[in-house]
Amino acid sequence: MSNAHPIPFRAILRHVLLIAGAALMLAPFIWMISTASKPQTEIFSSELHLIPHQFALMENLREAFAKANLLRFLLNGIIVTVSIFVLQVMVALPAAYALAKLRFLGRETLFALVLFGILIPPQATAIPVFLLLHKIGLLDSYAALVLPFTISVFGIFLMRQFFKTVPDDLVDAARMDGISEFGIVWRVMLPAAIPAVTAFGIFSVVAHWNDYFWPLIVLNSEHLRTPPLAVAHFRNSEAGTSYGPLMAAAMVIIAPLVIAFLFAQRRFIEGITLTGIK
Amino acid sequence: MSDGSMTIGAAVAPTGTTRRTLPAHGSRRTHAAYALVTPAAALMLVMLLGPLAGVIALSFTDYQLGAPQFAWIGLANYQDLFADKVFWTALRNTLAYVVIVVPGAVIAGLAIALLIQSGTSLRSLYRTIYFLPVMATLIAMAVVWEFMLHPQFGLVNGMLRGAGLPAFAWLQDRSTALYALCAIGIWQAVGFNMVLFLAGLVSIPKQLYEAAEIDGASSGWARFRLVTWPMLGPVTTFVVVISGIRSFQVFDTVHVLTKGGPSKSTEVLIHSMYTEGFEFFRSGYAAAITVVFLVFVLLLTLIKSRLADRGVHYT
Repeated sequence: MSNAHPIPFRAILRHVLLIAGAALMLAPFIWMISTASKPQTEIFSSELHLIPHQFALMENLREAFAKANLLRFLLNGIIVTVSIFVLQVMVALPAAYALAKLRFLGRETLFALVLFGILIPPQATAIPVFLLLHKIGLLDSYAALVLPFTISVFGIFLMRQFFKTVPDDLVDAARMDGISEFGIVWRVMLPAAIPAVTAFGIFSVVAHWNDYFWPLIVLNSEHLRTPPLAVAHFRNSEAGTSYGPLMAAAMVIIAPLVIAFLFAQRRFIEGITLTGIK
Repeated sequence: MSDGSMTIGAAVAPTGTTRRTLPAHGSRRTHAAYALVTPAAALMLVMLLGPLAGVIALSFTDYQLGAPQFAWIGLANYQDLFADKVFWTALRNTLAYVVIVVPGAVIAGLAIALLIQSGTSLRSLYRTIYFLPVMATLIAMAVVWEFMLHPQFGLVNGMLRGAGLPAFAWLQDRSTALYALCAIGIWQAVGFNMVLFLAGLVSIPKQLYEAAEIDGASSGWARFRLVTWPMLGPVTTFVVVISGIRSFQVFDTVHVLTKGGPSKSTEVLIHSMYTEGFEFFRSGYAAAITVVFLVFVLLLTLIKSRLADRGVHYT
């Protein structure tokens, strides 16, 4: 039936369907911004409107920052995610290099354990790791948030696969120059692996910035809260009364990653779907 | 000269034979190798493999955090668990969540990927929009969803009323709460699946479509059925399994929005494990729940590798 104008009809249908879906995807974001911009009286009215009659975003943001130490929580998020990533690289890169380029007894066993480790969901080890941290008195600290994630078997696997593609000649040339094996990891392999490390970094930072389960378990003190914990606590203490500031707080918490994502979409999508190339 | 040809067989061979082929400084390099892997191996043991063994061992004890001693009690935790109605409710809810979210997020992800790929304009804009929920902190967005689902002032009920339809107390009603959480789960997972399908679609060779067309497959549906669907096989398997594993882990939305309620209608495995292990500190009992959870997750992984072995492969 659409033979007369096959291309325009299909193209229009494509956009209509995609825009309808996009509206559904964006609805929570739009509603969040809209609510964060409304004064209390407009939020608690059964008449729906998207654009506030009276613009109150600044008031809501101010109240959110006054009720919760959001800056501190954002800083905690940065401290924790950056520490985790740096330590993951420091642990994983040397191991990945050895697994990819050196021969030693037990190499295949170790690699098999790495592959096995990837299958273990993080919730599975939570109880023993919690008990361990309790035993050594590290609960409720930055260390409790960071230490369990310093080992990323997925990171080792990923970097090992990448190092496999680095030519042996490069490594041999470095050895001729008298660079130690340790030096090769940081001065030869790391520079060659920057794209892979970046992708892994995005994967790691996004995962730990958004993580709720582990901080919930090990933290008690308010000043150590990570962004997701902060939102949850804000919601528990304010729910039902001040949705405007709550939505403003949610906006602040998701803003850093969403803005970074909009600036470097391709890299972010690559990084987060890393698990897709396993 | 020293690498590349190493196989699993070579690793099992006695070291004497390999060492002979290495240059004189080979043993120093071996020492370096051990030094390089030691931190990773040690941490893996302490933070991953040890705790994994630990959780299984704990599930056979009556250990409680802070208790002065504990005893081996064999299968008693599992007996208690299987006799507990709440456990079965949690398992049933988790399975229901998985059975709703996986097809929902996989089919929607595939449909969006096909739609995006079927034209050339605005591709990256659409991709960005659909991927946005994957990026946004789920806890923050869950709180937004909660307000959207507010019985009185929420967007969803407002629109339903506007259309003359009945409104619901979504998260406060035991007959709708789990479905509301499923909707949030699908909303959050669709973009991730879409990106994996897009990557799969791009890798299908153009010639296959041309060949199918010559063979008379002219309609879009025929091309999908004859080329796209079979060629996406491995990607689809992967997406289904990874969606399944992620859905089994559902916790964030439950904990912040419903705490498993109303009347256990949204109680799920990891939430039970959390309350038993970290609120009541019944470590042994919580470990038994974890083991049940692990069995399901590993089962899914096993199915995936079975399917992967059956001739579906990447190009």
